Parts: sequence; structure tokens; C-alpha cells
Amino acid sequence: MSIVPVSYYLVLSAILFGLGVVAFVVKRNIITIFMAIELMLNAVNLAFVAFARAHNQLDGLVFVFFVIVVAAAESAVGLAIIITVYQNRQTLNIERINLLKF
Amino acid sequence: MFILDHLWIIIALPLLGAAINGLLGKNFSKPIVNSVGIGSVALAFLSCAELAREFAQLPAGQILEPESYFTWITAGQFKVDFSLQVDQLTIIMLGVVTFVSLLVHIYSTGYMAHEEGYYRFFSYLNLFVFFMLTLVLAANVVLMFVGWEGVGLCSYLLVGFWFLKPSAISAGKKAFITTRIGDFGFTIGILLLFWTFGSVDFVTIFKQLVGAPPDAAASTGVLTTICLLLFTGAVGKSAQLPLYVWLPDAMEGPTPVSALIHAATMVTAGVYMVARMNPLFSRAPVAMFVVALIGALTAFFAATIGLVQTDIKKVLAYSTVSQLGYMFLGLGVGAYASGVFHLMTHAFFKGLLFLAAGSVIHAMGGDQEMPHMGGLRNKIPITFWCMLIATFAIAGIPGFAGYFSKDEILEAARSGPNANIGLWLLGLIGAGFTSFYMFRLIFLTFFGEPRYDEHKVHVHESPYNMTVPLILLAILSTVGGWVAAPHLVGGTDYFEKFLHPVFATYAPAVAERAPEALESPGMMLFHALTGWPVLIALAGLLVAWWFYIKSPETPKKLADSLRAPYTLVLHKYYVDELYNAAIIQPLLWISTNVLWHVVDETVIDGTVNSVARVARESGSELREIQSGNARSYATWVVIGAVGVTVLMIGLWGMVR
Repeated sequence: MSIVPVSYYLVLSAILFGLGVVAFVVKRNIITIFMAIELMLNAVNLAFVAFARAHNQLDGLVFVFFVIVVAAAESAVGLAIIITVYQNRQTLNIERINLLKF
Repeated sequence: MFILDHLWIIIALPLLGAAINGLLGKNFSKPIVNSVGIGSVALAFLSCAELAREFAQLPAGQILEPESYFTWITAGQFKVDFSLQVDQLTIIMLGVVTFVSLLVHIYSTGYMAHEEGYYRFFSYLNLFVFFMLTLVLAANVVLMFVGWEGVGLCSYLLVGFWFLKPSAISAGKKAFITTRIGDFGFTIGILLLFWTFGSVDFVTIFKQLVGAPPDAAASTGVLTTICLLLFTGAVGKSAQLPLYVWLPDAMEGPTPVSALIHAATMVTAGVYMVARMNPLFSRAPVAMFVVALIGALTAFFAATIGLVQTDIKKVLAYSTVSQLGYMFLGLGVGAYASGVFHLMTHAFFKGLLFLAAGSVIHAMGGDQEMPHMGGLRNKIPITFWCMLIATFAIAGIPGFAGYFSKDEILEAARSGPNANIGLWLLGLIGAGFTSFYMFRLIFLTFFGEPRYDEHKVHVHESPYNMTVPLILLAILSTVGGWVAAPHLVGGTDYFEKFLHPVFATYAPAVAERAPEALESPGMMLFHALTGWPVLIALAGLLVAWWFYIKSPETPKKLADSLRAPYTLVLHKYYVDELYNAAIIQPLLWISTNVLWHVVDETVIDGTVNSVARVARESGSELREIQSGNARSYATWVVIGAVGVTVLMIGLWGMVR
């Protein structure tokens, strides 16, 4: 059984992260942006796991668990905020949610 | 030997009194304030009496070491202890200060009875006594300077006691600032003393001087410089030319304050300091001559101003300046004991004159103008007799205290070791003026027809707590000079003999002078009683009598015929105006046009304002970034993250 080299995982992780960044900047729907953030988090998770496996250490795995827990909490809070925003503004277009400025 | 070993008790008592009255006195009733204020000074007086008794029991010729309580300042070689010291000069000063203070405290219970801030007044007075005793007892120059500045502070507080009156406030400031000018010289003198002798302790300095040659007559060596600088301080504190201008204005303060601080004690601090520093001054002939010259000029000059003043306290103020001049004349011609003697008798009779003047003002309901008085002789007899005795004393009528001391000074100026006939003449003419203006005061105030409205002014004798101090001081103004009386008939001057150790121990070696041919005691007495000072004092009395009793129109005629000099003297030689034009106005101009408009407005305000403007303008540019558009924020975050990553990769590459 041949082992997949760690660089493959890293390239995949980078592609996923890059997609997340692009979506984060380009997309207008808040929920899509939210999904982009989740994508970036999971890209990082993938990198952690890959390194943990490559170096045979547990530290990366521990970090991944932390990220998953935080991401869960974050999505709960984030979705609640998004619902409140929608109830108030009847839109999820981020271009129109621009009251907080100088 | 209890007090002798615990000198701090003497200064601690009035400080305690000041603290109790000052911090808690607001809620005290008058009897409590009185008992704290008077009690503390009375105890200090008793301590001094006990000290004198213990001192008298010491073996003759013993010089006491200073008592050091703790080290106050150390910096390298510079070391100042809180140390006190007693010698004969200190004993005299302690006696004068505590006794006159005690009487003034008692007098004040009557004079200040209806004033606001009664407790505050007594607290300040006690504080003054504390600082004055510190000044007198100090065993080094720095501690002396503490007392010196402390009495200046109390003078400021008490001159401005009625702080709602603008003239009192500015008089207080004038007193403080003018003396500060002299104190600046004093401070430099102290530094130079330490620089030269490596110590600020009197005894250490004086011991180094033993055997040291005096500065040559025409040179200005370091001793002369030190002495002149120290004397600058004395000129300010003791109101000599050209810094005397604050003392007449200081009469804005309550009259007991004028009596205690501006006549009897604080203003004599300069005289005490010069006497204390006598080993230095004795070795600086130039400085000695300056002291004598300033003294004689002041004695003459202030007396001429006193001739035409109409405010009863102003006459006494110029008289004080003039008498202080005599003390310095005495010191300057080398008759230290005579100068200190005059200090003591002056404290008695001038304190009495001021307190009596206060009693007159009290009787007149606050009016101080002599032209409004007249004929008070029978209305307030106790005040009249006390004031008359004091006038006899200051004028130098034989038998009264001032006669002995002033005569000694003038005699020393005429025939002493540093005699100078010009200075003697100035002093002699000044003595004639003194006699004239004092009897003018008496005649204008107590004789002739009443010039006040008898329906409006209810003239009454002062209460006993004001008259008793007057009587006590009147007794001392009479007998206070008798310790020197045997000298008149060739006997011992006990005052001089008592002080002799202070002025002889560290004195420079002097060639013995051939003893003068002694006259018979009878002839000596005859000469003393018919000498120039007595004759000129009587002349002053007669002229005053002629002017103000016999033909009251003469002064006016004389003033009309001598219009120019009269106006000049009436306006006090325009010295205040001169100082205003020469010093105050230029200072104001510089302060306004340079310091205010240029330094403050342009430089300081300019700097501060530009800093604020930079922050404001950059802020208004930077706020554009906060657009409210979340996507642009996201872009910034991404740019930042990329930037940090690039930076780290770059740094990583550099480290490798």
C-alpha cells in the first residue's frame, strides 16, 4: 500500500482555502460567505491532520478538535445573527447592510 | 540642666500651639484659643527663663557644643544637621522674642477680639514664634535660613491677614517678594560659605577662621564676598536701603503684627545674623564699611521720610527702618554689642510704640490719620503715658533705654575702632529727626484741640488686657538700658560684658589700643549728659513743640516756602514710583510682550495645537477606511493576512 505524500494533502488544503477566500470576498449572500468561512476552517483542519499524520504526533489532532468545537459554536451564533439580520432588513445582501460606518 | 539639654522643647511649644489652633481652632471657643495661643508662648518664655538660669550656672568661658537631633540633609560632603545651640547672644534674643511675643499675644486678645478668623490669627502668631526661635537657636546657616524664610512666610500671612482687602494682599506680596530679592543673595552666600569652609555649622566655620588673616582693606576677597552676600539678605529682611520699601506697606497688617514682626523681632533678624556672623564680618573691612554706610544712610533717609507722614503707623514704620539703620551702623563700626543692645531696647520701645498706636487706633475707632486726632491726652491716659515713655526712649532722652543704646552706637561711630565722622554726622542728624518726628506724633495725637467729631467717635481707653502689656513694656523701655548705665561713669557695661564671649572668642587679633586717659566719673557723666546726641534730641523736641504747640501755622508756612523738597519727602522720594518705572513696568512689558505673546502663545500653544491638528487631520483621512461595506473589510483582512504571510516567508528566508 503506497502512502499518499503529505504534499498532496497540503495542495488540496491550499486549494480549498483559496476557494474559501475568493468566495469570502466575492460573494454577496451572507450565508454563502459564512459557508466560505467554514470551508477555510476545514481547509486548515485538513492541513493539521496531514501534518499530524506525517510527523506522527497528536498535537495537530488536538488542534483540529478545538477548531471543530469553536466552529460549531461560531455557526450557532453566526446563524442566529443572520436570522436576526434577515428579520430586520428583509435581505441577506451584504452590500445593503452598511449602516455601521463613520 | 533640663532645658539646656533639651533645647527642642523651646521651639516645639509654639509649633504645637500653632498646630492645635490652626488645625482644630475653628470649633474652639475664644477662651480655648486664647489659652492654647498664649499658653504655648508663655511656656516657651518660662523655658527660656529657665534656660537663662541654667546657662548662668555654667562655668565662665565654657562654649557649649551644638545639640544635634538628627541629620537633615546629606549629599556628598554636604551635611546639615537639625542642631540647636545656645550662647549669650541667643539668650538675649530668646528673652526678647519670647517676652515681646507673650505681651503681643495677650494684647491681641483685646485688639483682635471682634475679628473674623480669630483662631487663624493666633495660629499664625504661634507659627511665627516657632520660626523666629528656630532662626535664633539654629546652629548652622541652613537651619537659620529655614527660620529666616519661615518668619517671612508668617509675615506674608499676617500682613495679608485681612485677605479680602486688596491693599493688604498686595502689601503681603510686596513684603514677601522684596525680601526674596535679598534672600537670593543670602542663599548664594550660604553656598559660598560651604564652598569655602566645607561646612555650614557656625562653630566649624568660626574655628577655621581663628588665625586666618582678614581680607585686606581694599581687596574683595572671598570673605568680603560672603559677607556682602549675607548682608544682602539682611538688607531685605531688615528693610534697609534700597529694599526697605516693603516695611511701610506691611503696616496694612493688624497692629499687633506690626509691633511683633515688623518692629520688635523679625526685622531684627538681619541684625542678629550679622552679629552671629561677626567672626566673618570682622575679617572683611570692606563689607563692614558697607554695613555701616547702608545703616547710616538708612537711618538718616528713613528719618527724613518720617518727618512728614500723617498716618500714625507709617511714621512708626519709617522710624523702625531708621532705627534698624542705627543697629547696622553699630555693627558696621565694630560695636556689635551696641548694635544688639539697640536691638533689645528697640524691641521694647518700638513694640510699645506700635501697641500704644494700636490702642490709639482702637480708641479712634480705626482711624489712623494723625490730623484727625488731637487732645487724646486725658481721654486715654494710660496709653498716653506709655507712649510718652516710649517716645522719650526712642528720642534718646537720658535715663530711658534708647538713650544708652543709641548713644553707644553714635559714640562707636565717632571714636570706635572703625570710626567714621561722616557716618556719625548722618546718624546724629538722623537722631535729631527721630526726636522731632516722634514728638510731632505725640503733640499731634495727644495735645491740642480734638480734631475729630466727638459725636461720631467715642474715644475710650482700651481694656486691661491691652493696657497691661503697654505698662510692662513701658517699664522695660525705661529700665531696659540701665544695665549699661555704669558705663557712663567709667564703670562696666554689663550688657557688653555679658555678650563679650560671643564677639571675642573668634575675633581677629587686634593690636591693643592705648587706654584713653580716664576722666573723673563726675566729668564723664557730665559729658555724657551734654553730648551731641542729647543736645540734638532736645533740639528735636523743642522744634516739634514750636511747630505743633506754640505756633501751629509754622509747619504749613515752612512747607509752602520749601515746596519742592517738601513734596519730594512727602512722596517718599518717589522711590516706589522709581521702582515701578525701572523694574516693575519693564518686567510687566517683558512678561506681556515676550513671555506671554511670544513664548506662551506662539511656542508652547503652537506646539500643542499642531500636535492636535496633525491627529485631527490624519484621523479625518483615515476614517474613510471605515466605509460600512463588510466586503471591503474582508478584502483588508485578506490583504493583511497575505502581507503577514509574505513577511514571514521573507523573514524566514533571511534567518536561514
